[in-house]
Amino acid sequence: MRASTAVAAALAFRDTVNMISFDNVSKRYPNRREALANVSFSIGAGEMVFLTGRSGAGKSTVLKLIALLERPTRGTVIVNGVNTGALPSRKIPAFRRQIGVVFQDHKLLMDRPVHDNVALPLIVADTPLREIDKRVRAALDQVGLRGKERSLPSELSVGEQQRVGIARAVITKPPILIADEPTGNLDPELAMEIMRVFKRFQEVGVAVLVASHDTHLIDQFGQREIVLDDGTLLSAGIAVAGEQFSMSANAPRPSDLPNIEARR
Amino acid sequence: MSGVSTWGARHAQAMLGAVGRLARMPLATFLTITVIGVALAIPVALALVVHNARVATGDFRNAIDFTVHFKLGTPIARVEQLAKQLRERDGIDTVIVTPAEQALQEFRRVSGFGEALAALEDNPLPHHLLVRPKPENAVPTEVESLRRYLAAWPEVDIVQLDSDWVRRFNAILDVLRRGLWGGVFVLGLGVLAVVGNTIRLEIQHRRAEIEVTKLVGGSNAFVRRPFLYTGTLYGLAGALLAALLIWAGVSYLDRSVAALAAQYGSKFQLAGLSWRDFGTLAGVGAILGWVGALISTGRHLRRIEPRA
Repeated sequence: MRASTAVAAALAFRDTVNMISFDNVSKRYPNRREALANVSFSIGAGEMVFLTGRSGAGKSTVLKLIALLERPTRGTVIVNGVNTGALPSRKIPAFRRQIGVVFQDHKLLMDRPVHDNVALPLIVADTPLREIDKRVRAALDQVGLRGKERSLPSELSVGEQQRVGIARAVITKPPILIADEPTGNLDPELAMEIMRVFKRFQEVGVAVLVASHDTHLIDQFGQREIVLDDGTLLSAGIAVAGEQFSMSANAPRPSDLPNIEARR
Repeated sequence: MSGVSTWGARHAQAMLGAVGRLARMPLATFLTITVIGVALAIPVALALVVHNARVATGDFRNAIDFTVHFKLGTPIARVEQLAKQLRERDGIDTVIVTPAEQALQEFRRVSGFGEALAALEDNPLPHHLLVRPKPENAVPTEVESLRRYLAAWPEVDIVQLDSDWVRRFNAILDVLRRGLWGGVFVLGLGVLAVVGNTIRLEIQHRRAEIEVTKLVGGSNAFVRRPFLYTGTLYGLAGALLAALLIWAGVSYLDRSVAALAAQYGSKFQLAGLSWRDFGTLAGVGAILGWVGALISTGRHLRRIEPRA
């Protein structure tokens, strides 16, 4: 397949496969505060997008709606083909296994070694033990923490802890990865390192959405930006072919992630 | 690894994790198990008291006995003749003749008044019969009919119905039995409350872990699993402790009770828990612990939802 044909096919795939889609979504919390008002945007497979805006703009609400920690008050949120507003509660755990979530505060279990933290999403999915060990090694290798399996999170630096959180988020090979201020506590150099890790996942076809207000970092990466202000959408950004979307027809899919280990 | 063995491995992991957590808090675990053990031991001990009392006093239905005292001077041959006549009557289970001499010897042996009785010139005791109706005839109307029949013999001085004390004792045991079921109910609730509250505290303690687990796709069933094992282990360990307490109590009292029974010519010995009783107790303890944990997790886990 010639290069131009491959790029065209990849762009067509992105245009037709929206991994995240918000259609006129509003969210009002029980305290009557309207966190989002008529927000619409979509993110395709293999796209990396920054979600920006001041504190209280609604970034965290968008992420909560994607991870089904909240349901929309009005409008439709479709994630990986699932209308989250209509999903029965009993199906939420299986839905969440399709999404990798990275937090600013890592949310690691501090009394468990790195291995157990990273393995948790596989354990809850009843993955066979031998498979778990293999995939934990692959995920830690991907974030540069191979050999730290037995360390406790408290023995790691803040940057390393964040990378453990990322390894945990991607170990189930999710097609979607969302991150809430993942570089908030990191110095610029570590922040760049973490963002490069996200970029690598985008390059294998994962839809990556990073909520951040670090404009310097966003400018450096030059990705598409969704800008919120006081719960309304200011800009959904424009994806530029070839710059933000590097997936080709021959590029690995999210399901290929465990094979990353074999590329060493 | 097949799905079944993965499932089994997960359960084994949850159970070992629960054992590990209990072992890491030895004092709290010991206190909780002690409370459960005592709560289970009380109704079991009461049940054993009732059971042993029934065994010691024999079958109540057979305990409706008549003692027929003959007038002094009635020849023993006449007593034997009447006894034979009585044995041929319908509804009679046992007739035992006790000649006056034998009655005196027994009285001398049991009463301890041997020397005083030896001073008597004549035997003051009459011949008597012990008459026991068949169990199916031990109903009030037939018992009264038999009493009248015996009292009508001219040689008979007194007909004594020995069932009054049995009725009273039976009534006491009925009260105890009712109390036993009441105790089982109340103390069972107590075990549920103790396990439920312990699990509630553990859920609060592990709130962050539960939130993260749910966030990465852990279902309520998955999160609940280790807590159910913890509750079951508490109940089981409490039952084992209860069995140990009962065994210690029976061992402590057994010799004294046997000595007391021997004073009355009985070979009665205290009955402890049989293996079947032990299995039932362990099963009930485990089920109570499991149910307590199920109620607690159902109530508290649903309230914990992950936060971004």
